[in-house]
Amino acid sequence: MRSGLVAVKVGMTRIFTPEGVHVPVTVLQVDGVQVVAQRTQEKDGYSAVQLGIGTRKTKRTNKALRGHYAKAKIEPKRKLVEFRVPADKLIDVGAELSAAHFVAGQFVDVTGTTVGKGFQGVMKRWNFAGLEASHGVSVSHRSPGSTGQRQDPGRVFKGKKMAGHLGTERVTTQNLKVVSVDEAKGFIFIRGAVPGNPGGYVFVRDAVKKKLPKEVPQPAGVKAAAAKAEG
Amino acid sequence: MNTLQKIEQDHLNELVAKRAVPEFSPGDTLRVHVKVVEGQRERTQAYEGICIARKNSGVNSAFTVRKISFGEGVERVFPLYGPIVDKIEVVRRGRVRRAKLYYLRDRRGRSARIAEEGMNNANDGAKE
Repeated sequence: MRSGLVAVKVGMTRIFTPEGVHVPVTVLQVDGVQVVAQRTQEKDGYSAVQLGIGTRKTKRTNKALRGHYAKAKIEPKRKLVEFRVPADKLIDVGAELSAAHFVAGQFVDVTGTTVGKGFQGVMKRWNFAGLEASHGVSVSHRSPGSTGQRQDPGRVFKGKKMAGHLGTERVTTQNLKVVSVDEAKGFIFIRGAVPGNPGGYVFVRDAVKKKLPKEVPQPAGVKAAAAKAEG
Repeated sequence: MNTLQKIEQDHLNELVAKRAVPEFSPGDTLRVHVKVVEGQRERTQAYEGICIARKNSGVNSAFTVRKISFGEGVERVFPLYGPIVDKIEVVRRGRVRRAKLYYLRDRRGRSARIAEEGMNNANDGAKE
């Protein structure tokens, strides 16, 4: 399994294909994604790549992190994330990943933090039906109704679905199709919606439930300039 | 301009380069050539009627065309830049004083007519 990518959700728009079909797309931006560190079986007990995205001012970075970035010889990043990968799919430290890591037509899973909705009732939060609109129901049209039985068991079961906080939760949407990729500008166009607010970070991985196309770059889509500088 | 607006503008320029959009406004009579796919074959079909509304929203722009077909009012909403529309022809310019001509839905026959642009007959205005 290849490494995933961390990206910024830009927002949603629409694309008209040349065949005349309208496609709703979410735009993700991959900007300055670099490998900051590697985790290896010998040293850390598991193998993974640590990616950084965006930029952070050096003076706003604490000393410990400055040292961490200095070891990789790269500028401080806004956010650090890890992707578990097998040892043979590790990527060199300092390599810059591009949007071309994914190819048009492939399927991806996108993980993000959903939009916060605050304290919500059971109808919105758990899709309860609520009570009737008429037939003598008063005031409690959106209420949850009964929460249990009688003296036996005499309590409400744990895990009972009730009103409460909704959203701001880590969610993965599976099997989203990549419509197109703009490598130069770092855009990935994904059909449909992905979790989260615009401006939020999302993790994009190859779909676990779909076959990976052969033309995807292995072990990762590294930016040409970065690859040349290393080699 | 934020990133998303830039992307939309680029896509819009691409679409306009393929098919230019003529200038028209609500009240105008349009002939819209729509692409229809029948099995494998593709042909165009003309749909003629009065433009009763326009939605101006970049790449999401659309317009509504109303016509009376076999005594029944028919309204179709077309994406202004969508490739499904092969060509837009302006047949006649109408003089109206509203941006949305939804009042035409309640009218039939003579009262549903719209005066032509440039005609100087005040009695035969848009709102009779």
